[in-house]
Amino acid sequence: MRKALNISRKELKVYFESPIAYIFITAFLVVSTWLFFRTFFLMNEATMRGFFVIVPWITLFFVPAITMRLWAEERKAGTNELLFSLPVEEWQVVLGKYLAALAVYAITIALTLPLAVTVGLLGQPEWGVVFANYLGTLLLSSAVLSIGTFVSSMTKNQIVAFIIGVIIVAGLMIAGEPIVTLFLPTAFYPLAEYLSLSNHFSGLARGVIDTRDVIYYALVVFLCQYLTVKVVRGTKVK
Amino acid sequence: MIEVREITKHFGETLAVDNVNLTVNKGEVVGFLGPNGAGKTTTMRVMMGLLTPETGTVRVNGKDLWEEPIALREQIGYLPENTPLYEELPVIDLLRFVGRMHKIYGRKLEDRIDEIIQICSLSEMVYKDVAELSRGYRQRVGLAVAIIHDPPCLILDEPTSGLDPTQIIEIRRLIREAGKEKAILFSTHILDEAQKTSDRIVVISRGRIVAEGTPESLAKMASGQKSYEIEFIGDKPSLLSKLSDFVAVTEEEKLMDGWTRFFLTSTNDLDVSENIFNAVVSVNGKMRKLIPKVATMEEVFLELTRGESTAVVTTKEEAQA
Repeated sequence: MRKALNISRKELKVYFESPIAYIFITAFLVVSTWLFFRTFFLMNEATMRGFFVIVPWITLFFVPAITMRLWAEERKAGTNELLFSLPVEEWQVVLGKYLAALAVYAITIALTLPLAVTVGLLGQPEWGVVFANYLGTLLLSSAVLSIGTFVSSMTKNQIVAFIIGVIIVAGLMIAGEPIVTLFLPTAFYPLAEYLSLSNHFSGLARGVIDTRDVIYYALVVFLCQYLTVKVVRGTKVK
Repeated sequence: MIEVREITKHFGETLAVDNVNLTVNKGEVVGFLGPNGAGKTTTMRVMMGLLTPETGTVRVNGKDLWEEPIALREQIGYLPENTPLYEELPVIDLLRFVGRMHKIYGRKLEDRIDEIIQICSLSEMVYKDVAELSRGYRQRVGLAVAIIHDPPCLILDEPTSGLDPTQIIEIRRLIREAGKEKAILFSTHILDEAQKTSDRIVVISRGRIVAEGTPESLAKMASGQKSYEIEFIGDKPSLLSKLSDFVAVTEEEKLMDGWTRFFLTSTNDLDVSENIFNAVVSVNGKMRKLIPKVATMEEVFLELTRGESTAVVTTKEEAQA
């Protein structure tokens, strides 16, 4: 585990040594705050519901931007050869990199807390719902981060990793919407609805913490990381 | 001690490494010599567990690559071809990262890094990003990364490629120095380098080991094949019968002016120029040219790596003797 954390530490160093993390955090905060306040005062209600309606869609574009470099860059520069010549197991590297990306996202989300404080100053939000929403956002993004890292492990090209990542995540976001289910045979409805990333979020957005939703996100995280280990095992050199 | 047994690896249809056996003992520097694309890098990657071969085993100090891959990698310092490094990190952070991966922490890590920086003369570059370094410094950082945990074995893939002559001499010195107590395998496509740096040379061509021996024994093998060019006029059949006692005629060429040019080879270590001269005199012939040609190590190398050749057999036997 210490080796995995050392990998995270190195990845975080790279994120924060380069402008990536700062640009990401700033852009995320600007976009989310702006979109939130655009309608906040119109509704004349001290609630963060508007914010958590936007967040899944921002996640869709922003998370693949964090994860795209994780493996693709490694393969392109050939540094995976150096990495896997060290005494480390594949899963330790995969876990370490994932945790680093999760940390960047968690920091970003934590920096939106002043929004919650502002809303709290203006009125009486339901703090339980706000908490559930933050938890939901973290769970959703954990799953999306996992999908993103998996996609990144399959290519040497960061742009490809980003675009494919967005497409897959967008597909899973709208899987349960009528726009998709309309074209599916009835038998597939439950499956499409179950696979939908946003369906599992909506419960949490209402303030209901359902273990089935938590399990769903955990499954996505685990499955994608497991597949990443498999891919990485076969691509240790440039 | 590194032991590689019967490694075979294909890439699709292409046979990259064909039944390769290698041994590197403690205190020995082995030069892994071969032209580009001969299978040097592939062999080394297999040894590090970066590629999976179809057959074969790798053992380092008794650790088996398939059973204890982590323990095996702890024993080895590896310098990959072209020295891939994390460009965004300052040198010091890169060294700390690698050190921690080798379970060196805290005070011990900082002390070791200081030591490594001295050994690799990196003191001016410590806080610079890897991306800012020149080729020579990159290579030194690569070496620093490889030796940070003071491994008993080193595997260096083309450690001197892309360096200028002074840097090459410096790296060779480092290798020789480290080779006193470690088992070192380094690859190169430059013959001169293999000769100057190694205790033993293993020649690989088209994925197969074609020769193996000390630089001296390989050089001796080279000088063991002498050839001569002569131009002669006179009684040809009796000359040839005299010559056949100590040389073989490999080529015969009639020249325009009636003279004949012969190419002779001898497997005798000694110079037979005088014997050839005497033979010409004894048949009352005339000779206007006698050029002894000594095959250089270069030629032997070319011969070995050109493909199937009879030299392969003799060298292998010689290596075992």
